Amino acid sequence: MLRYIVRRLLWGIVLLIAVIAITFVIFYLLPNVDPAILRAGRNSSPKIIAQISHDLGTDKPVYTQFWDYLKNLVLHFNLGYSYQSQASVKSLILDRLPATISLTVGAVVLWLAAGIPVGIVSAIKRRSLLDRSAMGAALVFVSAPVYWLGLLMLFMFASDIGRFPISFLHGSGSYTGLTNSPINWFESLLMPWFVLAATSAAIYARLLRGSLIDVMGEDYIRTARAKGLRERTVVMKHGLRSAITPLVTVLGLDIAILLGGAVLTEAVFNIPGIGRLNFDAITHGDFPIIQGTITLAAIFIIIANILVDIAYAYLDPRVRYS
Amino acid sequence: MSLLDVEDLRVTFPTEDGLVRAVDGISYSVDTGKTLGIVGESGSGKSVSSLTTLGLTRSQGARVEGRMVFEGDDLIEMNDDRLRKIRGNDIAMIFQDPLSSLHPFFKVGKQLSEAVLVHRKVSRSAARARAVELLDLVGIPDPERRVDAFPHEFSGGMRQRAMIAMALANEPKLLIADEPTTALDVTVQAQILALLEDLQKRLGMAIIMITHDLGVVAEIADEIAVMYAGRIVEHASTELIFGQPQHPYTWGLLKSIPRLDTPQDEELEPITGRPPSLINRPSGCHFHPRCPYVREAHKRVDPRLDSVAGERDHQVACLLPSELRMRIWRGLQEGRLPAELRALVAERNGQAAAVGEQREPLLSESEPGADGAAGIELTPPSAEPTPGPGQ
Repeated sequence: MLRYIVRRLLWGIVLLIAVIAITFVIFYLLPNVDPAILRAGRNSSPKIIAQISHDLGTDKPVYTQFWDYLKNLVLHFNLGYSYQSQASVKSLILDRLPATISLTVGAVVLWLAAGIPVGIVSAIKRRSLLDRSAMGAALVFVSAPVYWLGLLMLFMFASDIGRFPISFLHGSGSYTGLTNSPINWFESLLMPWFVLAATSAAIYARLLRGSLIDVMGEDYIRTARAKGLRERTVVMKHGLRSAITPLVTVLGLDIAILLGGAVLTEAVFNIPGIGRLNFDAITHGDFPIIQGTITLAAIFIIIANILVDIAYAYLDPRVRYS
Repeated sequence: MSLLDVEDLRVTFPTEDGLVRAVDGISYSVDTGKTLGIVGESGSGKSVSSLTTLGLTRSQGARVEGRMVFEGDDLIEMNDDRLRKIRGNDIAMIFQDPLSSLHPFFKVGKQLSEAVLVHRKVSRSAARARAVELLDLVGIPDPERRVDAFPHEFSGGMRQRAMIAMALANEPKLLIADEPTTALDVTVQAQILALLEDLQKRLGMAIIMITHDLGVVAEIADEIAVMYAGRIVEHASTELIFGQPQHPYTWGLLKSIPRLDTPQDEELEPITGRPPSLINRPSGCHFHPRCPYVREAHKRVDPRLDSVAGERDHQVACLLPSELRMRIWRGLQEGRLPAELRALVAERNGQAAAVGEQREPLLSESEPGADGAAGIELTPPSAEPTPGPGQ
């Protein structure tokens, strides 16, 4: 098991370097304004621009820049400095991370709390009115894009611009840190949580429904019933134990992706998280920030993959890694 | 009174394609300490009838009619909660594939102690101790250690032993074994059968053994019921089924058992054709499309299960005259092929056809007093309780 984890971690590092390299290549291949020109402002001479280029390091060949970047990352855990604000990318990310984690954790809790019970009930009461309406609603939520649902919510219910304002649903840009005011933090995130959770809750409900329906047809469920167990125990213990396993894989990756920045949700609700940081950086061609956020997202996904595999070995005793 | 008395059990499943008549009016009974073998092909209704005993077809939308009286109570009338208390307690069941029948994610010991804890108010440690005891009982070596193993860490035979241990957790009065050896190697099959026999002697339970293989029940069963298309076509003691079988289907089953005492170059005689659809069953005798000894009338007349002349405990549902059946069976035992013996039937049939063309042969064939096949029913469509195809 330990050898397996070490091997996976080493492969993860290789993958990470590949991701950084690809980001470099994409950034330099795509048409982009020279960051030095952007920084220099309107009245600047070529000399100043060359000076800035030198300061930023953008005058060096791409491979040298790549090498320097890796060296800084590995030796000093330094992700470089923003072209725009000169601020350290690492500190920018660390500043933004709490908002993204808040958004992710709340949304995950919400979608599991909604998706799992709906999935179970739909599987057990298959083809019932309840099942059909739940799966119909799920289809709507799966199809509704976050930016559409988010804007709809804001225009309908936000306390500032809503048509039917609800006092505790604060509008866009109202995010407050948890440590500043827990109540405001909670209220400001209610709508983003809901919007972010809606799609996933629907996907999870459908996923669990399908997987539970399959499991309930298994021979060992018949054995559980033949033992004289209550139907409730048969479903919740024997059925769910097997049916939930595929969800764990998806959950691990979903959490990792969200921690890498829920770009659309953070943009719609103007939440100062990683996604918003990335969004702004892309609009300004601020390469170090883009590279930093992508690296971060890649790290999350690689770690999540390994954690999911480890969790799988615990969930399914038949799985053994060597 | 028997431990379990099944009377005229009918199980149907409404499907989009039509009504599936999985079990169509079967009756049997099992006594304490005895073993009943139910034999038939896949789709003959043998598993459905046993699953219905435990109410396990209820969740599949089955319609159940008839009576299944267990210790004076009708299992069919019983509500889910009362039936649940009988499941795994008074009546236990083991299944065909032990690997898929055990939960892959729970330790064997946990699954065993769960079976105890459902019906007994004992501590977890006592239940675990019982699990170890049960594994020991079914002959699993080193049970203290094995109790913490997962099913996939067991061999096929050990898994079936564990399933048997689970079924025995509460010392049931009736054990239903649904193809318990089908998924196992031949050597392991013999071990499992020996184990079941031994346990029956020690615990005094009744066993219903369901199988497609007459060889499996030869040793263990006291009585055998042969099922075809949802009905019992022959029912007798094991000696009679093997010694003087009366139904062409039983002959077919017996002839398709590989034997060590026949010459190697002698080919097995398979039953031709396929098991019938349970939605559109053949008219008349349901076995007629596959029967080598079929006569024209058999396509219209539905045979009833009735006693063979002189033998009250031997029942058969066949339209052939008893004396002719004996001649055919003797011929088969001499190694003659069904195709040759068919002449016996055709000859009579030809004579009968020559006698008269006004449907007389149909009646003359039945001759209730003469040949003992007293149970022949004429089946005008309107009086037929179980409509055939096209009705």
